[in-house]
Amino acid sequence: MRIQADRDVCIGAGNCVLAAEDVFDQDDDAVVEVLQDHPGPDQESEVRNAVAQCPSGALSLVDD
Amino acid sequence: MSTTPTIPRHMQRDRFAPVPETQAARDEDDFPTIRTSLGTTARLITRYADVREVLGDAERFSNEGLPPLPTPDGEDRRAGNLLATDPPEHTRLRRLLTGEFTVKRIRRLEPRITEIVDEHLDAMEAAGPPADLVSAFALPVPSLVICELLGVPYADRDDFQTRSTRQIDLSLSLEERGRVAAESRAYMGELVDRARSAPGDDMLGMLIREHGDDLTRSELIGIASLLLIAGHETTANMLGLGTLALLRAPDQLAHVRDEPDAVAPAIEELLRFLSVVHSGIPRSVRHDTTVGGRPVAAGELLVLSLPAANRDPAATDHPDDLDVTRAVAPHVAFGHGVHHCLGAPLARAEMAVAFPALLRRFPGLALGIPFDEVEFRSATVVHGLRALPVTW
Repeated sequence: MRIQADRDVCIGAGNCVLAAEDVFDQDDDAVVEVLQDHPGPDQESEVRNAVAQCPSGALSLVDD
Repeated sequence: MSTTPTIPRHMQRDRFAPVPETQAARDEDDFPTIRTSLGTTARLITRYADVREVLGDAERFSNEGLPPLPTPDGEDRRAGNLLATDPPEHTRLRRLLTGEFTVKRIRRLEPRITEIVDEHLDAMEAAGPPADLVSAFALPVPSLVICELLGVPYADRDDFQTRSTRQIDLSLSLEERGRVAAESRAYMGELVDRARSAPGDDMLGMLIREHGDDLTRSELIGIASLLLIAGHETTANMLGLGTLALLRAPDQLAHVRDEPDAVAPAIEELLRFLSVVHSGIPRSVRHDTTVGGRPVAAGELLVLSLPAANRDPAATDHPDDLDVTRAVAPHVAFGHGVHHCLGAPLARAEMAVAFPALLRRFPGLALGIPFDEVEFRSATVVHGLRALPVTW
């Protein structure tokens, strides 16, 4: 499972940081930064939650 | 229940919940036609998936075609109002502000939020029971926080609180609301002019120092006015209604009070359950299309019921029950899509400090009047309580 983040689409709501703080961060303009693009199995549920709660659709998960 | 027929249907509540006919609309084959506060008609969208579809697609559903709101001085009241602009203009304005609302920046405010909360609890404790929790705590805490953040003198609070309440009070005539809006703009215009000659360390000062050349005076007024109203009307009503909801569920109240890890999920559940903002701003359909597979026509206005969506059994089990122990409480209380609440991290931080501090300070907190006598606010854009008499 790999996280894809579209920084042009991100609106900086910060929901992902609150849902999975070890995986997502924000730069100074609040745009998403992915700290780990291959989260471990123990992080899967919080990452799925973060993707579901992203208001802009900037986040997606791809199988690889 | 104190709703009158003049209140648009999506703003009518049965205490915490949307009225039954709005809840029932989720199961209807077609989107009901309702009358808006401006007297126009709109289609009411109530399912969780449908609300997310509309708010999540700024291409198909936008502000285009909504009437402009001119002010007596000839300026467009929409200037700088993020909610009333579409991408790419919206993207430009929002990006100027998002850096102020990152999770990290808001965490740095937590010590000051804690001081403000504690000062108000000290004052309540010193005065002794009973108290009106709305005027003693729920309203002043977020109001002071947004004033300091934005650079609005808190001494002016009586005037701007009255004005902001009146601006979103739909029982007033359009003319009256327009007059109050003009007063409000004039006040904010003075603050903007003052900040332009001597920009402070607050958000208004930052906008002028860093983006003064990119923003017109009207835009600065629009941005500051929106942040001021949005910054206190919403969190204030979450604190009032949220406390009432917890007082009705003592086990859940004790859980939030005694378990630090219970606070963050409880806030998401309270956001979902209370959904204080009745609707996202209406979206206009740009071209004939479908929502959830059902047709909507170009030019139609769509009103999104956030509380109905947040009580959709397709998204949440037993949605009409408050359950602060839910593992995940998916909700659109902050909206969805490009207009998702900019201040959400601030609102969450204020609640995360305020709820446990209140409940720990007064472990014996109780409703001061029978529940049936609690006055819910009706006909305002944000749901809430007129007052919340409490004792301890």
